[in-house]
Amino acid sequence: MRMLVPGLLPTALSAALTGLVSLPAIAADLNVKVEIPRLNVAEYHRPYVAVWLERPDQSVAATLAVWYDVKKKDKEGEKWLKDLRQWWRRTGREVHMPVDGVSGATRPAGDQQLSLSSDKGPLAQLPAGDYILMVEAAREVGGREVVKVPLQWPPKAAQTARGKGESELGAITLDYKP
Amino acid sequence: MKRSFKLAAVAMTLAIGLPLSASAHRTWLLPSATVLSGNDPWVSVDAAVSNDLFFFESFALKLDGLQVTAPDGTFAKPENAYTGKLRTSFDVHLTQSGTYKVALLSNGLFGSYKDAAGQTKRWRGNAETLAKEVPADARELQVTQMQGRIETFVSSGKPSQKVLELSGTGLELQAITHPTDLVAGEAANFRMVLDGKPAANLKVTVVPGGTRYRDKLNELTLTTDADGKFSVTWPAAGMYWLEATVKDNKPNLKPATDRRANYTATLEVLAP
Repeated sequence: MRMLVPGLLPTALSAALTGLVSLPAIAADLNVKVEIPRLNVAEYHRPYVAVWLERPDQSVAATLAVWYDVKKKDKEGEKWLKDLRQWWRRTGREVHMPVDGVSGATRPAGDQQLSLSSDKGPLAQLPAGDYILMVEAAREVGGREVVKVPLQWPPKAAQTARGKGESELGAITLDYKP
Repeated sequence: MKRSFKLAAVAMTLAIGLPLSASAHRTWLLPSATVLSGNDPWVSVDAAVSNDLFFFESFALKLDGLQVTAPDGTFAKPENAYTGKLRTSFDVHLTQSGTYKVALLSNGLFGSYKDAAGQTKRWRGNAETLAKEVPADARELQVTQMQGRIETFVSSGKPSQKVLELSGTGLELQAITHPTDLVAGEAANFRMVLDGKPAANLKVTVVPGGTRYRDKLNELTLTTDADGKFSVTWPAAGMYWLEATVKDNKPNLKPATDRRANYTATLEVLAP
């Protein structure tokens, strides 16, 4: 089920559109920490979470992670992917799930790590430029929230950027370094 | 194309099923969702005639002339249809990925006349029933063609274009912005088309659902430009009812001398 996805492999065209054609010459790492808040509710389900990189024009440069009920029988977990409604509209509806290296099971409350490198995966062909890291969470019988954190890629020096959710997401921390 | 013509012809011969006073009400289809994911999605659709949107409180809408078009252009079979006192319901199994169109088509005759006693009578039917039901000595007989199209759109996965093709008959909505890709705060562009040609200077009414729980209708009244185009910037997320009517003297159904072509759609606008 390995699929090539437009959102994962930026085309020369999209790179040309943003005027950024140079690929990062050196390896760089991106670590994203997503805090899933512990909620005191009667019926708790782990949220569906999508993490992606957006260009300034809101087009999707790369989907980094989608955490959902991957193990449900008959792919029933995919029924609720549309609740990640911004990700769904921007790219999710064009992608056949699961996607290797991107799809994963839902995560419990607490700090969840996502480690990416420009050597492989979605960042491998990411052109240099300004991006916004988008984190969207939607919870069954709960709410939905999006947190945005701007970043420049590739980093010139080790940097940390932060964002903060108020309901369905907690602190979002980006550590990225050349 | 051939098949849809045939079906339209069938719809034409069926009574359209609205009460005679329907013009004072709003007719609508209400899908359970318009944006779906997953590998086995279904939608349930309610169909009713009511004043408040979208509350089934007056009459069920008959499903004569129901046409569900699948993303590849073939017709899908509605399932589990049920007609109650206040609403009709049916399910659509979205076996294909893409956009489905659910449409209720009608094409009939409406007449008014004075009977032998001088009483004004109203009548609804088709060319055959006209001869049987309207007395031969009817005076001042006025026959109007009633051409109606009630639509809604549902997408499983990536929205597709095929079902947005126009039939070229009656009043239709040409979607420039995809009808299942509507978001609050964004503008959507459409064109009204009559018999395949742009319907210029036409009034289009857009009413947000939930009218029971507010004092004002909050309707948006738009007018199409010379090219039939109009634009709606959705004030909030929710289900919207869109309606336009053309009255002209270009019927294609005898013995009508006038025509009333109506278009109604239910559109869902999502939060950003």
